[in-house]
Amino acid sequence: MSARDDILARVRRNQPVAVALPEVPLFDSLVHDFKQNLERMGGEFASSLEIHRKFPNAKVICSTVPEVEGNRPLPSDPRELADVDVAVVRARFGVAETGSVWLSEAECGLNAIGFLPQHLVVLLDMKAIVPNLHHAYRHPAFREAGYAVLMTGPSATADIEGILVRGAQGIRSLTVVGSAESEVS
Amino acid sequence: MKRVDHAEASSHFIKATKHLEFHDKRLWDLRQKRDREAEAIPEWEELRAAASAIKEHTLSHLAEYLEQFERNAVANGMYVHWARDAAEHNQIVFSLLEKHAAKILVKSKSMLTEECEMRPFLETRGIEVVETDLGERIQQLDDEPPSHIVVPAVHKLRRDVAQVFSRTIGTDSKNTEVAYLAESQRKDTRPYYLKAGAGMTGANFAVAETGSFVVCTNEGNADLSANLPPLHIASIGIEKLIPRLSDLAVFVRMLSRSALGSPITQMTSHFRAPRPGAEMHVVLVDNGRAERLGMEGFWRSLKCIRCGACMNTCPVYRRSGGLSYGATYSGPIGVIIDPTFNLRKYSALPFASTLNGSCTNVCPVKIDIHDQIYRWRKVIAERGQLPMVKKEAMRMAGKVLSSPKLYRLAVKAAQAGLDYLPRSMIYNPLNAWGKQRELPSAPKQSFREWYLENR
Repeated sequence: MSARDDILARVRRNQPVAVALPEVPLFDSLVHDFKQNLERMGGEFASSLEIHRKFPNAKVICSTVPEVEGNRPLPSDPRELADVDVAVVRARFGVAETGSVWLSEAECGLNAIGFLPQHLVVLLDMKAIVPNLHHAYRHPAFREAGYAVLMTGPSATADIEGILVRGAQGIRSLTVVGSAESEVS
Repeated sequence: MKRVDHAEASSHFIKATKHLEFHDKRLWDLRQKRDREAEAIPEWEELRAAASAIKEHTLSHLAEYLEQFERNAVANGMYVHWARDAAEHNQIVFSLLEKHAAKILVKSKSMLTEECEMRPFLETRGIEVVETDLGERIQQLDDEPPSHIVVPAVHKLRRDVAQVFSRTIGTDSKNTEVAYLAESQRKDTRPYYLKAGAGMTGANFAVAETGSFVVCTNEGNADLSANLPPLHIASIGIEKLIPRLSDLAVFVRMLSRSALGSPITQMTSHFRAPRPGAEMHVVLVDNGRAERLGMEGFWRSLKCIRCGACMNTCPVYRRSGGLSYGATYSGPIGVIIDPTFNLRKYSALPFASTLNGSCTNVCPVKIDIHDQIYRWRKVIAERGQLPMVKKEAMRMAGKVLSSPKLYRLAVKAAQAGLDYLPRSMIYNPLNAWGKQRELPSAPKQSFREWYLENR
């Protein structure tokens, strides 16, 4: 018997008595503040942004949005993003409860753009913020994306003595530019 | 196989007082942060009940959900493999690496690959395996297993890390600044992502409905491991299944809050299909789980989402350290899982507990942890796995406590004995209780004597 059939047979033999699957409500009791929650997780919020003022030393900028002109087109191999200082993308939506932004391959072009550059700027339409994770996981975008990340602040670690260090392996900073019509230049 | 002696192993941990003090404080701090998060959410208890029910439902229909997951994952373009045990898992991973001529494997943290002892297996076959999570990397470079399932190097102080890094990645051994140590590991690790032939992740959840899986990290190392090399392998225990995408909300809301007291991990990443030009392989691993599913009284341990909250709250774990359990899984959850792998080897672990129930109270999926610990003690006694001293002590106690006459006699004798017996008679190897403790002095009058006088 194949490992697959063997495992499935053993599971079937040992499954406990059936338990019902509960329906889970949307839990809309709390009102969440996206900006406050993003900042708590180490993200920065801006309603408008001048890339060169914010990152004066940035040499390589890779942008996937028409609002910002970078100086590095999106490469075909994700590894070529290794020397990018600042990347700019637009999020599909945000989650107020956690201060997260939702990115997929459609927004990123290359999934690694959210991690390999040193800094990430994310444009967000403030009207596209859902209240909490229950709403987020009902968003149809999840069913279309091959890859999707809820990103909440920059990469971080507290693995040594619980001391928080931002910029662990991935991006050192995350700036969310949120407005009805994000102004970025 | 030799029985793991938890008490003996923890005595070494306890001797390093600075480490012990920090360990206890750090984990209790995580517990308090968890409390603050849980208390801020009015529906917390409803979430726990829902999480528990979703997991129990899935486990009671696991075969169907595994088939559904496989069907959808394959339709999405993934390859799905099945492994009965650790050996099959390791062989599948090695074959994939060989086929893709991958010599370097970058991987994010996975307790399952620890359980399978995959790293040494691959290393003896010429694969360079690079753990990319900072804590896990520290442990790898120090040739130690992780001591905690969420914070693998929590038993180390910064000066220990400085020593390990100066020996292995060439940092300045005198520089113990945490930011410097973390930055050094970042600089050492990032080139590996670019030259690795394959990347590996575990999975926190696998969603049957969409054939996708979810990985939660704070460092972004799983996303780098998965999104740069041309091959992504994910090892997933069969108990990680959940039915629907919407169920993720319940678990993601509680996972990091329970683990670290943060509302969510910095990255919550969802993998549904390979990216263009890359391959994605999932290995579904049994390794004893199907058998555990049939163990009345113990199958609910399969609900575990590996948040580590039970470890952070456990007074025994905080004061003995994860390595003293001598097993992949330590702390209260380890105590109830490990004996299913090897009853004799891990027969001392269910006794590393005060049965205070705190683990059960903080568990986000409502596993009856302390009840299971107690049940294991019974199983171990019934199967004759108690050490001689404990067995004799229990036999005597059973005799004495079942006879009022004998009991009263013993109380009298103890009162006299504690006052007059030489220390060597009381504090000897047969009295494990007296090892680190002074016995209290006996009161002049027993309760029964007082009662007879005053009723």
